[in-house]
Amino acid sequence: MSRLEILKTYKIYIGGQFPRTESGRYYTPFDKKGKPLANICLSSRKDVRNAVVAARKAFGSWSERSAFNRGQILYRIAEMLEGRRAQFIDELIQQGLTKANAEKEVNLSIDRIVYYAGWCDKFNQVLSSVNPVSSAHFNFSTCEPMGVVGIISEQTSSLIGLVSMLMPAICGGNTAVVLASEKLPLCAVTFAEVLNSSDVPGGVVNILTGSTSEMAPTLASHMDVNALITSQLDDSLKKNLSVAAVDNLKRNYEFTADWSKPESQGLNYISDLQEIKTTWHPIENIGGATSSY
Amino acid sequence: MAKQNKTESWEYAPSLEGTSHIQLKKKYDLFIDGKWVKPTSGKYFSSINPANEELLAEVAHANEADVDLAVKAARKAYNNVWSKMAPLERAKYIYRIARLMQERAREFAVIESLDAGKTIRESRDIDVPLACNHFFYYAGWADKLEYAFPNRKVESLGVAGQIIPWNFPLLMAAWKIAPALATGNTVVLKPAETTSLTALKLAEIIEESGLPAGVVNIVTGYGDTGAAIVNHPDVNKIAFTGSTAVGKIIQKAIAGTTKKSTLELGGKSANIIFDDAPIDQAVEGIVNGIFFNQGHVCCAGSRLFVQENIADKVIRKLKQRMESLYVGNPLDKNTDIGAINSKEQLETINKYIQIGKNEGAEIYQTKCDLPKKGYYCPPTIFTNVAQSNIIAQEEIFGPVLTIQTFRTVDEVIQKANNSPYGLAAGVWTDKGSRIFNLTTKLRAGVVWANTYNKFDPTSPFGGYKESGFGREGGLHGLNAYVKLN
Repeated sequence: MSRLEILKTYKIYIGGQFPRTESGRYYTPFDKKGKPLANICLSSRKDVRNAVVAARKAFGSWSERSAFNRGQILYRIAEMLEGRRAQFIDELIQQGLTKANAEKEVNLSIDRIVYYAGWCDKFNQVLSSVNPVSSAHFNFSTCEPMGVVGIISEQTSSLIGLVSMLMPAICGGNTAVVLASEKLPLCAVTFAEVLNSSDVPGGVVNILTGSTSEMAPTLASHMDVNALITSQLDDSLKKNLSVAAVDNLKRNYEFTADWSKPESQGLNYISDLQEIKTTWHPIENIGGATSSY
Repeated sequence: MAKQNKTESWEYAPSLEGTSHIQLKKKYDLFIDGKWVKPTSGKYFSSINPANEELLAEVAHANEADVDLAVKAARKAYNNVWSKMAPLERAKYIYRIARLMQERAREFAVIESLDAGKTIRESRDIDVPLACNHFFYYAGWADKLEYAFPNRKVESLGVAGQIIPWNFPLLMAAWKIAPALATGNTVVLKPAETTSLTALKLAEIIEESGLPAGVVNIVTGYGDTGAAIVNHPDVNKIAFTGSTAVGKIIQKAIAGTTKKSTLELGGKSANIIFDDAPIDQAVEGIVNGIFFNQGHVCCAGSRLFVQENIADKVIRKLKQRMESLYVGNPLDKNTDIGAINSKEQLETINKYIQIGKNEGAEIYQTKCDLPKKGYYCPPTIFTNVAQSNIIAQEEIFGPVLTIQTFRTVDEVIQKANNSPYGLAAGVWTDKGSRIFNLTTKLRAGVVWANTYNKFDPTSPFGGYKESGFGREGGLHGLNAYVKLN
C-alpha cells in the first residue's frame, strides 16, 4: 500500500512565529503547466502593519548586537540553507526551473549569504572616516542602520532576489519586512523556516505572501518604516510607491540588478541602507604642553 | 562700582563695521551661460536689509523660460567642456574660486550681514571662512575620486539643480556648488529670495575666475523659480536645503523620474545637559546652540533637556547669561544676536511664541531694547514645557528654546528621539562612556559632545528620518553628486 504524502502548509512569518494571515484569505498560484502550486496566504494590510511592529521591536537588540555576532548568525543561515538544498531545488523545479538552473540558484543564494556574512564586521571600517577638522575636536563619521526596511522582492525569482535584497539589509543591523514574489512564493516561506532555525532573532526578518499591489502601498506609506527597496517593479506601481514613501521621507531605492548574476552583490547594497553619523568630541588643549616625542 | 548691577552696566560703545569698501549694484540680472542677462519677464524684486528695512538692491525674478536657458547652458557646458576637462584642471578652477573669495572675504561678510541680518561677528568668522574653505577642500577631491570610491567607476551626474535657504546664504551656495563641480557636474543654483546678494557676488567671482561659461548659473527668484528647476526634464540631480514641507513637495514631484536628490531639511535637535557637566561651559553651549544666527539654524539645539537636579541652577545661569546678550545692529561687532531674516519669519516666530504661552508654558524673554526699525526678536526661553507641546515638536527657526527636564539616561534618550526629525543633538557630561552611549543611541546625523554648532568642510552633515537624506561635507558629501558603476 502506497504511503500518503504529507503536504506542507505554507504560512507567513511574523515576529518569529508562523501564523496564517489574520484575514484568513488564500490564493493559489499555478505552475507553468497550470497545476496549482499550493494554497498560499493572501496577507492583508493588517498583516503588513503587524510585521512592521515586530520588525521595530526587534530593531534595538539586533542593531546593538556585535557585528561579529551578526556575521556568525548570517553564516549560520548559509549553513542551514546548505542543509536544505534539496528542498529548495525541488520547490524551484516545481515553480518552473530546470534542475540545472534550480541548483544554480540555490548555490548562488548560499554563496551570497556567505558573502554578506563576511561583510558584517567589515563594512563600517571601509565606510567610516576620521575627519581632520580645523578645530580642536576629534571628529569621526560611522555607519548606523536606518531601522526597519521594507523589501518588495523581485518578482521573477523565488529565492535569489529575496536573498540578494534581504541579506545586505540585515547584515547592516536593519530589520526587515519582506513581501515575497507574488507568483513564486514557495521558497520565501521555506526560507523563513531556514531563518527560524538559524539563530536569527524573531522579528528581524518578517516575510509575507500575497498580492504585491495590495500590500506594497501600505508598506511604502507606513510611518514607522525607514527605507523601502524594490527591484524591477512596473513603472506605475513604482511611481505610486515612491510618492507614498515621501510621507515620512523613506529612503527609497530601486535596484535594477539581475540578481542571478554572481556579480550582483556588493558593498553599495549595504551602504544604501546605512545612515552616516558624525560625532564631534573636544580635544583638551592646555597651552604650553606640546608633545615633542 | 561694587554696588552696581553688573549685568546692566555691561555697555559697550558701538563698534560698527564699515560698508564703504563693498560694491553693490542697484540692480542684479541673472547669471546664465557666463553672462548677465535680463529676466524674460522683465520683473525684479527688492532685496532689503532686515536690520533697518532699507532697500539694498533689485534682483531679477527668473521664470520657467529663464530657468530653461540656464539648464540649456549648463547642459552645453557639461557636454562640451566640463565633463571632458582633465580633473586637475577642474580642481584648479575651484581652487581659484576659493582664493578669490578669500581675497574679498570682508566684502562678502559685510554684504551677508546686510542682506541676511546676521551679525558681522558670525559672517566674518564663520560663514565666509567656512564657505571659502569648502571650495578649497572639495577642489582637491576633483582628481582623487577613485580613492573615495575604491573598486567603483565614478561618473558625474550631469546638470545639478540646487535650491538653497536664507539662513546661511553664501555658505549654503558653497556647500552645494563646490562638491558638484569637483565631481564634474554643472550647476543651476537658486538662492533664497530674501538673500540673493552674496550668491550674485559669488557669480561675479566665478566670472572673474574664468570658469567656462555655463558651468555655474545663478537664477534668482521665488518658489516658482525653484519649482521650474525641480520640474525641468533635463536636470539630473536636485539638491535642496530648506523646510521639510517643501522637501516633501520636491521629492513627490520627482518621484518616478530618474532624478537623484539630496534633501537637507528641518530639525528639532535635542541638547542634553547631565548633572556632571561643566555648567558654565554647558550654558555657553546652550546659548550657542539656540541663539547662534538668531536661531535660524536647521540643527539648532532648540529642545533643551536638563537633568532634574541641576535644572534650577542651569536655568538661573542661562537667564543671567541671556541678559548679557546684545541684540541689535548686525554690523556692530559687539552684537550677539542680529536681525530676524524677514518680516514673514518674524511673524512665524511670534506665532509660535504665542502658541507657547497659550499651551501654558512659562516664557522668559530678555529685557533688552530692540531697535525701532527692522525685524528683531529677543532671546526667548520656555520652561514648564511638555513633550506634547507644539513648541517642543515643531521647528520654530528663531531664538526660541524649550526646556524640559529628565532623571535617567534612558528617559532622555527616549524623549530626545521622540521626534520625526533627526538632524543633530548635543550631549554635555564629564563621563566619556556616557557620551558614547548617548552619541550611539541618539538618532541624529550629527552629534556634538560638550560642544554645539561646529562645522567643518571635512565633516559630513545631514539628517536621519524627516530631516532629509544625503550628507554634505567630507568624503561622504561626494556621494550626492556621483554615479557609481
